[in-house]
Amino acid sequence: MTHRDLTILVIDENAIRASIIEAGLRDAGHRRVSVVHDVHGVGRVIERLQPDVIVIDLENPNRDLLESMFQLSRSVKRPIAMFVDRSDSSMIEAAIDAGVSAYVVDGLRQERVKPILDMAIGRFNAFSRMERELAEARSELADRKVIDRAKGILMKSRGIGEEEAYKLLRTTAMNQNRKIAEIAQSLVLAAGLLEDP
Amino acid sequence: MAAIADITLGYMPLFDSAVLIAAVEKGFAGDEGLSVQLVRETSWANIRDRIAVGHFQAAHMLAPMPIASNLGLTPLSLELVAPFALGLGGNAVTVSRELWGRMFAEGAGPGTDPSANGTALCHVVENRRAAGESPLRFAVVHPFSGHNYELRYWLAACGIDPETHVEIVVVPPPLMADALATGAIDGFCAGEPWNSVAIADGAGRIVTTKASIWRLSPEKVLGVSARFAAENRPALDALLRALYRSSIWCGDSANHEELAALMSGSGHLGLPRERLMPILTGHLALGDGATDAIPEFFVPHAKGATFPWQSHALWFYSQMVRWGHAKHSPAQAERARDTYRPDIYRQALKPISAPMPGANMKVEGALTAAAPVGASEKGLVLGPDGFFDGRIFDPDRLDAYLASQS
Repeated sequence: MTHRDLTILVIDENAIRASIIEAGLRDAGHRRVSVVHDVHGVGRVIERLQPDVIVIDLENPNRDLLESMFQLSRSVKRPIAMFVDRSDSSMIEAAIDAGVSAYVVDGLRQERVKPILDMAIGRFNAFSRMERELAEARSELADRKVIDRAKGILMKSRGIGEEEAYKLLRTTAMNQNRKIAEIAQSLVLAAGLLEDP
Repeated sequence: MAAIADITLGYMPLFDSAVLIAAVEKGFAGDEGLSVQLVRETSWANIRDRIAVGHFQAAHMLAPMPIASNLGLTPLSLELVAPFALGLGGNAVTVSRELWGRMFAEGAGPGTDPSANGTALCHVVENRRAAGESPLRFAVVHPFSGHNYELRYWLAACGIDPETHVEIVVVPPPLMADALATGAIDGFCAGEPWNSVAIADGAGRIVTTKASIWRLSPEKVLGVSARFAAENRPALDALLRALYRSSIWCGDSANHEELAALMSGSGHLGLPRERLMPILTGHLALGDGATDAIPEFFVPHAKGATFPWQSHALWFYSQMVRWGHAKHSPAQAERARDTYRPDIYRQALKPISAPMPGANMKVEGALTAAAPVGASEKGLVLGPDGFFDGRIFDPDRLDAYLASQS
């Protein structure tokens, strides 16, 4: 391989994650990076771009199409191979756990491509962590809202203060071995049912 | 009772995963003391990778997949065994409206006869070549699939060279109808429900079926990591018994409405129930209001549909050699044949007295009428099973077959 720039194609239906990968590649000095979000027509994009490296997410149904280019297609001049094929098993595991895979033009030296897959694995993991945290933050916010409503119901119906209402919820939750938010949810639901129509 | 084993099974959202899904959802796996988790996947490549890293112990697989893997033709080159078949048939060939128009002008239709429609297609291909038009593009779901090999078999038998007269590409099944509608492909061979989906979308016309090209032909298998099979035989045997019972349930027409409802769920195929009935009844809407009734279109249980016939493995191998996917040698042929493990099937199903054929191989295409076979107490009926062109595959005469098709 010469020192020319690698042409890299990122295939990911998730546009945000794809742009994170793209940014990572550009940070690493790669200038010829293309991104495809659409699952349709991926074969034609590959024929046109003739990429050296393809990074694809594992939820993408086009992996079988990509792999068929190992032996079926006459339209791709340079055969491609799965990057982690027969290399080290820890890399395969890391890539699969992260949800990403990579393919390279046959003959491309491993040390030129490894940093690309390493970066993709890192960023896929970071993205999942971010998504998880976002989901947790959303559910925490929802929990806080329902607890506030339950406190309001208790304060009104029992004529107690906010702190006491919270203590009551907490004690009940502890006694029943459930989360405060679950008790609050049941209370809000029950109050809704008991409300005068 | 505590589960004797936890097994995670991967599957693709295709109707022929039914035996796996019903085994879990109808409790047959639980009855065997197994705790089985089903994981829906988006590509066969994922299934292979996740078996390689141990996420799955076994999976729904295209029958040629484990063979190709054992021959070292696919990435990762996993060692796999196929101890159980997940039914026979279930595929069809659908062409675009435009191609159908040209085929119709050449005498195609009204039904799904592979000879008549293949001859019409051959005329279209000849006309296109004479006019200097680009070759027709057909899609299959995977290079190592029954779809690829039956499409090629059909084309070649009708005088069309699949290597030079047409182009064959891979498209994931859920994207087939769209690729056909937008003109990215001119036709495809895929399993149900994807042909019926394309017809319902008005994107094309069904021109023939797997069952018409080769009646009672193999399609999917249970692919198992060879390591898991060696180290966990009691669990694997229990899984095979659960699948066998599930196949009986799936094959009973009294359960077809329930099976279609089960498969249509958003956790599985996520498609309307009416798209899932054609594969079960064999009554296909072909497009333009035409219909056809295909005998034994998809067979999940009867006719030895779950037995891993080593002659099936060798037929797939013969096609891999035919199309240059594999190099022939006696050792390779043996490896292909031994990927299928009737010995495991026999041992696992012995305690429940499942009817067994006497042999592990049969002459494919030899039965012109249904015939009872086997020495087991309950009878097993096989056939009729012919190839549409009348050819016969004798696995004991593999070299002669290979020579005759080159």
